[in-house]
Amino acid sequence: MRTLLFLLEKEFRQILRNRQIIRILFIAPVIQLILLPLAADYSVKNISIAVVDNDHSTTSRKLIDKITASGHFRLAGYSGSYKQALVLVEQDKADLALEIPAHFEKDLVRENAEKVFVAINAIEGTKANLGGAYLRSIIADFNSALRLQWQSTATATGDDAPQISVASSNWYNPYLNFNLYMVPAILVTLVTAIAAMQSAFNIVQEKESGTIEQINVTPLKKHIFILGKMIPFLALGIIIFSMGLIVSRVIYGIVPVGNLLVLYSSLVVYLFSMLGMGLLLATYSTTQMQAMSLSFFFINIFNMMSGIFTAVDSMPKWAQAIVETFPPSHFIKIMRMVVLKGSGFNDIWYHLAAMAVLGLILNGWAVLNYHKTA
Amino acid sequence: MRQLITFVKKEFLHVFRDRKTLLMLFGLPIAQIVLFGFALSNEIKNSRIVIADYSKDAVTAQLITKISSGHYFDIQRSLQSAAQLEAAFKRGDIKMAVIFPANFATDLIHTGKATLQVIADASDPNLATTITNYVTTIVNDYNAQLNNDAGQPMQILPEVQMLYNPELRGAPNFVPGVMALVLMLVCTMMTSVAIVKEKELGTMEVLLVSPFKTVYIIISKLTPNLLISLVNLFIILLLSDVFLDLPVKGSLLLLVFDSMLFILTSLSIGLFLSINAKTQQAAMMGSLMGMMLPTMLLTGFLFPIENMPLPMQWLSNLVPSRWYFIIVKKVMLKGLGIAAVWRETLILAAMCVFLFGVSLRRFKIRLQ
Repeated sequence: MRTLLFLLEKEFRQILRNRQIIRILFIAPVIQLILLPLAADYSVKNISIAVVDNDHSTTSRKLIDKITASGHFRLAGYSGSYKQALVLVEQDKADLALEIPAHFEKDLVRENAEKVFVAINAIEGTKANLGGAYLRSIIADFNSALRLQWQSTATATGDDAPQISVASSNWYNPYLNFNLYMVPAILVTLVTAIAAMQSAFNIVQEKESGTIEQINVTPLKKHIFILGKMIPFLALGIIIFSMGLIVSRVIYGIVPVGNLLVLYSSLVVYLFSMLGMGLLLATYSTTQMQAMSLSFFFINIFNMMSGIFTAVDSMPKWAQAIVETFPPSHFIKIMRMVVLKGSGFNDIWYHLAAMAVLGLILNGWAVLNYHKTA
Repeated sequence: MRQLITFVKKEFLHVFRDRKTLLMLFGLPIAQIVLFGFALSNEIKNSRIVIADYSKDAVTAQLITKISSGHYFDIQRSLQSAAQLEAAFKRGDIKMAVIFPANFATDLIHTGKATLQVIADASDPNLATTITNYVTTIVNDYNAQLNNDAGQPMQILPEVQMLYNPELRGAPNFVPGVMALVLMLVCTMMTSVAIVKEKELGTMEVLLVSPFKTVYIIISKLTPNLLISLVNLFIILLLSDVFLDLPVKGSLLLLVFDSMLFILTSLSIGLFLSINAKTQQAAMMGSLMGMMLPTMLLTGFLFPIENMPLPMQWLSNLVPSRWYFIIVKKVMLKGLGIAAVWRETLILAAMCVFLFGVSLRRFKIRLQ
């Protein structure tokens, strides 16, 4: 036990001695947490639309007014032809093009039906999806308003067709505030990048500078050495996480709905599993460059696939199975559940257990793979 | 000149000797393109929902069939009470609940109106909006059917066409993003670490006291990374063509030229980082923390730049990958030529010259 304390003292001194690292460890996450959520606004607004109005009638003008007044769309400009509008889409000046054909108003009255053409740049899937849906619902609204107006002036049939309406409500985030969704996830990525990967670098640094051999020849037990490496980074992770919670409260006014005890116990389990991964990577690397390449490989895949940016449910089944083995995906889920919905232990136990199992596997593997001989 | 060649050779030996790093350098882009290309999608599907039907009549049955067909929703068992609903939301089991009140069909026939309730878990705002929209569209279609719309006067029929990516796959958006991300990080990190490592080990001093010119040191450090990045670029392009069905639609020459510009810019950033970092750890953390998240977020492939507050938009102009991302999308996916990307190319070129110049001037000949 006393050896462990000495070892811890050494580790803490070593970490705290390097000013540059301390700066990066503490200041970078705070700055990132302040700046990044500002960037991570995925709510779809400001869809720019290029309009080709070949009709120039009152009805077509009204339709365009209705679209631009909806708040979802921004008029990128009027084009003379459909081709010109497509050029605007090509140049990314417009996300979609709407063409109102000639004789639109006339045909609407005479033939009782008329088409309008919409072309959407579908490279950005979400925007295309939502943009198309918004536009369709605006046109449908406009259509029924028009019909009503027409009916009340021309014929007074008054025969109300049966209508089913949808009353929708948004729970847990009624104002659809995107920060509430992103900030907890970004906090997870910051904790991951710093606490877990630092432990890998730290051990490999001792390998590279040769000091690990000095430790290897001492009677120090393997598990004490590993504990000595893990505890400082566990502490570091908890400190950074707490700073992150304070920042998100002060800047974004996010107060976790759930219990802090639930959050912190999940954090400890999460750090346990990620530090295990750091250890494992360290046992496989001999230079810091290798440790960095390896950890970068995993961090990048974790960041992209853990459901921070795209829904895991939309992935194919095999990909979902892979994501199950990523500790960050579980912790991100827990964070969002606890912070937004106030979920408790009995709601998150599955994810907690999954992280614990992954942690045991990773740590066990690392300990088996760590040899005290060079 | 012979000196330079010898040094470039030495750097290559350094790089190729480290098999693990090398494997990672090429394995990373391959794994990412394949994984992201096949797994990531912006389309929202298979959302788990519950349907509570308190009416159980012909109309609700028809609506439920309509909602459950298609791949948007994955219907979970129906639930009994409101308390169960809350618990299911909290466990994250379901994303939405669709509730048909009692006497749904009767109300519809007698009063001409019926309302179904949709409750979405809006902790993910976009998901909530999208799936609510799906249900609304289904209900609207049903309404139209119900009223036999063919007889309705004055119908505006939108005919929607999805350009460039009709199936709304994630790959067309992610491949250019991953290209930017991988090239940027490989170049920046590899360069900064390679230089700082020599500082840390003390071998830099040996180089600096030798008659070898500083410029040559830098060139010999950059050459291997430049070549590795070019190989990576071709691997990515080949993979996206073969596996993801995303060939280069525009001029390959133009794409390679712009990629070279981008690679050189990233190498200069790496050089710049190495000047300020004292330890490999600091260089790594600097490139990881300072470059990775900003590149991911400010490039525009995850989050639309026009949504950001103005200062962030200005900031994003300084991120080279933002311009590169635009170029790749235009040249590779849309097949446009130099006329469409000359502005972005110029910006990249200017960034490249500026960063390289500054790093070169600030590259210290002395260590202390």
